[in-house]
Amino acid sequence: MTTNSTALALPASFALDRRVQRPLVILLALAAPLIALAMGKSWVRVLDFALLYVLLAIGLNLVVGFAGLLDLGYIAFYAVGAYTWAFLASPHFGIHLPFWIVLPLGAAFAGLAGIALGFPTLRLRGDYLAIVTLGFGEIIRIFMNNLNQPINITNGPQGIDSIDPLTIAGLDLSRDLDLFGFQISSLLLYYYAFLACVVFALILVRRLQISRIGRAWAAIRDDELAAKAIGIDTRMMKLLAFALGATFGGVSGGLFAAFQGFVSPESFSLMESIVVLTMIVLGGMGNLAGVVVGAIMLTALPEVLRHFAVPMQMALFGKTLLDPEVLRMLLLSLAMIVMMLVRPAGLLPARTRYAHRDRRTA
Amino acid sequence: METFLQQTLNGLVSGSIYALVALGYTMVYGILGLINFAHGDLLMVGALVALQTVSLLSAAVPGLHPVILLIAGVATAVPVCMAVGYLIERIGYRRLRNAPRLAPLITAIGVSFLLQTLAMIIWGREFHVFPQLVSTSPMEPMAGVVVSPLQIFTIVVAFALMGGLMLLVNKSRLGRAMRATAENHRVAGLMGINANGVIAATFIIGSGLAALAGVLFASNYAIAHYAMGFTPGLKAFTAAVLGGIGNLPGAMVGGLVLGLVESFGAGYIEHLTFGFLNSSYQDIFAFVILGAVLIFRPSGLLGERVADRA
Repeated sequence: MTTNSTALALPASFALDRRVQRPLVILLALAAPLIALAMGKSWVRVLDFALLYVLLAIGLNLVVGFAGLLDLGYIAFYAVGAYTWAFLASPHFGIHLPFWIVLPLGAAFAGLAGIALGFPTLRLRGDYLAIVTLGFGEIIRIFMNNLNQPINITNGPQGIDSIDPLTIAGLDLSRDLDLFGFQISSLLLYYYAFLACVVFALILVRRLQISRIGRAWAAIRDDELAAKAIGIDTRMMKLLAFALGATFGGVSGGLFAAFQGFVSPESFSLMESIVVLTMIVLGGMGNLAGVVVGAIMLTALPEVLRHFAVPMQMALFGKTLLDPEVLRMLLLSLAMIVMMLVRPAGLLPARTRYAHRDRRTA
Repeated sequence: METFLQQTLNGLVSGSIYALVALGYTMVYGILGLINFAHGDLLMVGALVALQTVSLLSAAVPGLHPVILLIAGVATAVPVCMAVGYLIERIGYRRLRNAPRLAPLITAIGVSFLLQTLAMIIWGREFHVFPQLVSTSPMEPMAGVVVSPLQIFTIVVAFALMGGLMLLVNKSRLGRAMRATAENHRVAGLMGINANGVIAATFIIGSGLAALAGVLFASNYAIAHYAMGFTPGLKAFTAAVLGGIGNLPGAMVGGLVLGLVESFGAGYIEHLTFGFLNSSYQDIFAFVILGAVLIFRPSGLLGERVADRA
């Protein structure tokens, strides 16, 4: 039986009938940018970024939530994808390849980087793995920052700009589309392109989760020794988790480069890895619905804070005591601590028939 | 030859600071099997609290002798860090002691970022100049080798502290309780040891060492900053793994070796890679060593434990 994780994860009182729930979510996803457009273009931009983060969170969830491997350098794969796009579709090297070559290449390079990271760390678990992956992320960032000499490859801290936008079948997504007199904003075009990617990723990962591979990952996460004993090739499965997770990061990174038109090492700091991790932790590790909700919540957070926290502080104290960026970091760190103490399984906990009731986050 | 001696000296200075921080990691790991991610940030807290005291005091009483300022700075930084360390353990980690491994680790990352954010709120984002309380006027005991009183002071203080800690752990009653708890919580409890008290004491001692390391670090680099704890924290962790995590002499050896490797690496990397890499890659060494140790000798230089148990 294929269980719908969303319906199971919600508390009984909130659980809508599946037949109502699914069209509702689809409708909301399709209408969201139009509602956001009414509130201002910056909100559509936030939604676009939210979808990129959803893609990242889905990938990291594959590694952390499904296979139980804590990866703190995940943003490195995002960087690999973004720089691949920047190298192969920008005036930096004068190469302008179409997206259907660049995006798969970025995904493949990220996947290879995932294997390169996974291979030496196969024997490590838990905290050691976390530190080594963190180090990997930092190494990638140091190289991005310094590979502008003696040969200029990454252009150093200045980054690479005027990157080619996403162009699908002659349609340039960075320009507003004029359709029978209607102006369709480029932000909306990107939104639907990203939404298509996210939906594809969700279906793929959902199928993976309930497949033989997904069950093997769950077994490794819950008890690696037992998994090995029942004949699971744990090395292969862990490498696969790393490689697949990294691939999602690579795709997301490529789309990010195209959308932003600019990449620099600053976008790929450790803080970003932590933010993506917090999205999963907050939403519910191992549960796709939770991961999506967590990613959207945390991407929207800075914007919400800018619009509400600042005026509120002005009204209460007459000045801004904490600027939104600081407040965001404060809330993020508190979220990690409090969630682990109070609700370690996240807002929408994963409840699959393979999980133990007492070791939900193992 | 002069370059060699100079690099050795520089390596010993940074290495002894890494060793002090590494001791905190390794003590907590030895007892709880937990990587206290926030430990590096205690170094930052120590440095900034000391800086605050020194600047307040020198503004209130002008013309005080720098040694008195230094003592006052340390005398506030150490208790503050000890209190913070205790609170982290009490509020953050104690309730998660029997939780799945991932939970305390994520909490630790959260605590680390919380400390940085709070420091950013209190002291701002800017880099603060840390005053020169110990003279840095260079001396030249040998032609071509430059050493400052501050560097000698750093090495002496670090070694004295390490010696003191070894005595505490090996000779005192508390030290015996710590070793027993590290061996086995439950059995130690049956022998009448208050395991919670011992764990709290471990956090407090480690935090005190981190505070002192913070003052030494900030003095040597003459800056203090809300995110300054991250890199030395990571390197100290590498040092602890290099020496064999859970092993006190290992942490000291690991710290010194890492300091030396970094110093020589930064000095010679251009020759070794034919000018392709330069000293801006200095920070990579720690990670490369960490990776290599975990792959080829997970138990570290002096350790007997196996990383796979982590």
